Amino acid sequence: MEIKEFLDQDQKKDLLRLLTAGSVDDGKSTLIGRLLFDSKKLYEDQLSALERDSKREGHAGEEIDYALLLDGLKAEREQGITIDVAYRYFSTAKRKFIIADTPGHEQYTRNMVTGASTANLAIILIDARKGVITQTKRHTFLVSLLGIKHVALAVNKMDLMDYSEAVYDKICDDYKEFITPLGIPDVRFFPMSALKGENVVDLSDKMPWYHGKSMLEYLETIHITSDRNFEDFRFPVQYVIRPGLDYRGFAGKISSGIVKPGDDIMVLPSGKTSRVKEIVTYDGSPDMAFPPQSVTLTLEHEIDVSRGDMMVHPDNLPSISRHFESMLVWMDEKPMDLNTQFLIKHTSNNTKARIDSINHMVNINTLENFDAKTFQLNEIGHVTITTAKPLFFDAYKKNRQTGAFILIDPRTHHTVAVGMIIDKTSAHQSHRITQVELQKVAQGELLIDPVQKEKRFNQKAHTLWITGLHGSGKNELAYTLYRELFQQGATLILLDGKSVRAGLSRELDYSPSDRAEHLRRVAHMCRLLNDQGMLVICSFVSPDNAVREQIAEIIGPDKFHLIYLKANLDFCISNDQYGIYEKADRGEIQHIPGIDMQYDIPQNTQLTLNALEKSHQAETVFQYLEKNNIYPAS
Amino acid sequence: MNIPSYHINNLRELEAESIHIIREVAAEFENPVMLYSIGKDSSVMVRLAEKAFFPGKVPFPLMHIDSKWKFREMTAFRDKYAKEMGWNLIVHYNKKAFEEGVGPYTHGSKVHTDVMKTQALLEGLNKYKFDAAFGGARRDEEKSRAKERIYSFRDKFHQWDPKNQRPELWDIYNAKVQKGESIRVFPISNWTELDIWQYIRLENIPIVPLYYAKMRPVVNVDGNFILVDDDRMPKEMAAKAEMRKVRFRTLGCYPLTGAIESEADTIEKIVEEMMTVTKSERTTRVIDFDQEASMEQKKREGYF
Repeated sequence: MEIKEFLDQDQKKDLLRLLTAGSVDDGKSTLIGRLLFDSKKLYEDQLSALERDSKREGHAGEEIDYALLLDGLKAEREQGITIDVAYRYFSTAKRKFIIADTPGHEQYTRNMVTGASTANLAIILIDARKGVITQTKRHTFLVSLLGIKHVALAVNKMDLMDYSEAVYDKICDDYKEFITPLGIPDVRFFPMSALKGENVVDLSDKMPWYHGKSMLEYLETIHITSDRNFEDFRFPVQYVIRPGLDYRGFAGKISSGIVKPGDDIMVLPSGKTSRVKEIVTYDGSPDMAFPPQSVTLTLEHEIDVSRGDMMVHPDNLPSISRHFESMLVWMDEKPMDLNTQFLIKHTSNNTKARIDSINHMVNINTLENFDAKTFQLNEIGHVTITTAKPLFFDAYKKNRQTGAFILIDPRTHHTVAVGMIIDKTSAHQSHRITQVELQKVAQGELLIDPVQKEKRFNQKAHTLWITGLHGSGKNELAYTLYRELFQQGATLILLDGKSVRAGLSRELDYSPSDRAEHLRRVAHMCRLLNDQGMLVICSFVSPDNAVREQIAEIIGPDKFHLIYLKANLDFCISNDQYGIYEKADRGEIQHIPGIDMQYDIPQNTQLTLNALEKSHQAETVFQYLEKNNIYPAS
Repeated sequence: MNIPSYHINNLRELEAESIHIIREVAAEFENPVMLYSIGKDSSVMVRLAEKAFFPGKVPFPLMHIDSKWKFREMTAFRDKYAKEMGWNLIVHYNKKAFEEGVGPYTHGSKVHTDVMKTQALLEGLNKYKFDAAFGGARRDEEKSRAKERIYSFRDKFHQWDPKNQRPELWDIYNAKVQKGESIRVFPISNWTELDIWQYIRLENIPIVPLYYAKMRPVVNVDGNFILVDDDRMPKEMAAKAEMRKVRFRTLGCYPLTGAIESEADTIEKIVEEMMTVTKSERTTRVIDFDQEASMEQKKREGYF
């Protein structure tokens, strides 16, 4: 049957998505109207409705105003401009087309970027009377930013320039000069008059000097399949299908690459590997799948896979990182607040993201870079981003699916920005701290909050302060604790009188006032170290009750643990390794607690240890640390 | 590389896109529903949902908003297939208005549509607290739909604000809503009427027989052929009925949906007719003529 054959053939057509950019004055809507009209797909009654509308609101005199056919919303009609992306559909015998019709005005970068995100090809309109203008450059830059590989420059309104080849050549040369650095792989040029239909569908006899294709013929024949990435297999898992207990199908749309049953695959982020058992679809089990197909994969092994994971080939991995650099387009009326922790959606993954730095902005009219502290609506810039959990991505240039993301405001839920990943950020970039953070540090805030540190080090950053007479065995205990805790994995620092007096307190003597100053310095050091997450063990005689209280105040009473090593003077004298008591006895030194100076017996200690029971001391401290979740913290 | 073997035709590409959208919604919303209108677009949409979760079941219910003025063949079709295919189908209607006797002949098409369709829809969505509702609307249907997003954000009152739509790029959809807000999802946005018919043919999808041409009793109302479907049609109107070979391009409430004269009694003939046809499908829907830009107005009020 003839019609059946025809339909079978017709179903094999492929789909081309294209973007049209230009302003109303360039005749963009007229061109689209032509493509739709002349490809016989403009329905009769749409036309008659058009004639009715034209009489009331038209801007084109007696002729049919194609633009009215396309401008949908009432508000827009009142303003006489298109303000949003509109999608149009038409079909020829060779191909089916979806046109994203986007406005050209400066303030609507947002819409053009939206239309460009799904397009294979862009038609950029130029008014032959005006040539390459700022707007042309802007459109071309956005097209290159969004990774469109094919550009058709339509030099329109040639009828108003007497179909002059010289005018056309000049415009093409100007455009080539501008477009070369942008690296768009395929650029074509078309002299045309959309209004008169010259070179739109049929070649014009008004421009015999033009030897190329008509616009429609070009659109029908341009090869786009190879624009897809068939190299790097990326399969973001969207949904897990579990019809029964022993069946697990992982559903998703293939972002790039080819997959076949029997392929070795790795699941990110777990890194677990398996093999593809079957490609499952409602229509059977194909022997391969490729982009942009939506399929379901089953695996040979039972491994944990959930939404947000990505399946890849183990010998071809994407970048896996929490840091990356990206071009960002700001889409929201409200300017960016750098302090916001945005929600980020990337493939099937949702997490949080922070803008670490705005590296530079791009002036889309001049393509020059400039510095800025924030983003306004429609601004484009280069940023460094950190996410709460690692993303699996490729550079947008290599992979439009795994290189793109959106940012969502956590309060308004608006899609506030869209991004195209440039690459994993360099080590240099990731270590640089942001202006916001610098500001925070300047205000005395911590860069990394204590809870995070506690988790990392598995300890509470507190100070263990051992007090006792000379010769009571403080240092011995302190060194024992230090070595044992270090070996167990604690991150700690030891401070004792000898080491601090060797440098930091060099000019101080043992008089009560100098002792107080010495200990004040030590206490502040403890505080700094605790802030950085360190566990600190201090071994100081610290004989004065008031001074010890001051130390506790500086460090923070909740972080200060006083351990009293209790010993009588006889024991201390017999245990004195430095000969301090002998020197005091001979009158060579003064201010020795227990001899010529008071040692206040500590009252509010967390631990009191007997100097005689050396073998139990360290054990008692470990038990204390564990009981109070100081070390280990969990 | 053998490039031709990675060729994907337009219907399969649209199918893959739609399945991706349906799965995203199932994964990211707590309580989605698929609005089922019994028409050809809904039939395609339901098939796509079945494909998306194969070999599993569709993980959300279907809901039919019954205006109580649908063609009888539609209701019969709905009940038959819901049972055969094992769909989880909710049928909701505006009970109060129905009991008050609201209908197009007594209250006019505008009031009827507002009460029995728009209000009934909002009532149904509120009753089950759905946070996402799939609809089978297509961008090629009507001007204001051409700018519709695939995820169309609706506020607490289900209203659509054409000025305040979320940007939608690539195939990354923003599924974030506050309590009470919702998203209307249009997974077949990019399909054209012709695509729908081609796909129905390709996939052998069952459709209501009203789409096929047959001798039927119709009344000519201002150029629209209205089927005499039951005895609620005013008698003086029904008296003018004549037998004509007609079919329907769209289905809705029978007093508001015009038939076209046609010989197309097979899918192939329908597609052939489609390709050479000179009228767009919505002209057979009486409700669109009510007022200037009326579809846009309805969408603002919460209609699809």
